[in-house]
Amino acid sequence: MNLNEWIFIGLFFALGWALPATPIVLGKILAPKRPNQVKQQTYECGVEMVGSPWTQFRAQYYIFALVFLVFDVELVFLFPWALAYNQLGLFALFEMTVFIFLLVVALVYTWRKGALRWS
Amino acid sequence: MVPLWMYLVVAAALFSTGLFGVLARRNAIAILMSIELMLNAVNINLVAFWRYNTPLDLSGQAFAVFVFVVAAAEVAVGLALIISIYRKRQSVIAEDVNMLKW
Amino acid sequence: MELTAESIVFLIMSAITLGGGLLVVSARNLFHAGLYLMVSLLGVAGLFVLLSAPFLAGVQVVVYIGAIAILIILAIMLTPSVTQLPAIFNRQWAFNLALAAFFFVLLVSVVSPIMGELGVDAWNADFTQKNPADVPADSIVNLGKDLVDPDKYMLPFEVASVLLMAALIGAVLLVSPDKAKADEGGED
Repeated sequence: MNLNEWIFIGLFFALGWALPATPIVLGKILAPKRPNQVKQQTYECGVEMVGSPWTQFRAQYYIFALVFLVFDVELVFLFPWALAYNQLGLFALFEMTVFIFLLVVALVYTWRKGALRWS
Repeated sequence: MVPLWMYLVVAAALFSTGLFGVLARRNAIAILMSIELMLNAVNINLVAFWRYNTPLDLSGQAFAVFVFVVAAAEVAVGLALIISIYRKRQSVIAEDVNMLKW
Repeated sequence: MELTAESIVFLIMSAITLGGGLLVVSARNLFHAGLYLMVSLLGVAGLFVLLSAPFLAGVQVVVYIGAIAILIILAIMLTPSVTQLPAIFNRQWAFNLALAAFFFVLLVSVVSPIMGELGVDAWNADFTQKNPADVPADSIVNLGKDLVDPDKYMLPFEVASVLLMAALIGAVLLVSPDKAKADEGGED
């Protein structure tokens, strides 16, 4: 385990954290604070807010996230399989075809069920 | 490198945190999140034992991969159940779902 | 433990993992708990990097943080009436805390060298090892081979796809809009 290979990722994290944090902290320190009713609104120059943001979201978002999750998990198997593909025979291709076919069956079911239609 | 037992202690602490969450939280989604913590503790243990004992045989990593898949399926169905219960009873408090009690 | 660069990174990642985990179970606002769960999972990804499993670290970020944690946060937004409960713990929480703490002490007494220093024979000296063999560079390729090898993980591999299919179909059936309309009497 060579940590030097990962130093760039550490730097990337540090930089990615520092870049947005610096203006926020600087703004907190430097900016004058004279709050009033209009300035305190979430969208200072947008549509006026109505009600609480904690309203019921539509369950359809959940179904789309679900389909995304299943095909995201597929990556866990697809990536090492693709790396080893050159050293594997035809049988491995068949296995992966069965694997993807079963997931596509689930997707087709979701589609036929009408769960993907945005009503 | 860091000795193996330190990873095991971290995993034990994470598992116990999740165990407390599962036993004590009232919200069903919070219970599911605590189960995720416990599964992650198991994964740390699997990968740590793989690294220190059998780095040439990839069984530990393969098991961790299957834990990922099972966790994904568990979360998908568990949350769908919670949403379905919420629709029927307007509540996701674990104590309110007591249809089986007499 | 001598303070090498690696042990410092280990301490930071452990602190992120355990701190995030504690905040998950103690956060009053459930939405915040979901965000802390992401922090904790990121710490676990860092531990995977330290354990020379960069593939699993990437999977942890992409699958756990990118999909599972997002799904949990979506579910929190779908069940909004419960983000502010008067009490987040149930009545037996003190007993449960003692139980979890006891379990932790039990586990630590098995895995840490404390018991060996106290002279208990059951302590496994294997746990103090620090210098394992190097991981071969092509370990992910070998993982790919193992997963489709009929002598190793071919069956679990195919069963995993059946499990995912069943999970997707079951979850869609539970939350599909038709059922919602029947439950709520047509209003959406």
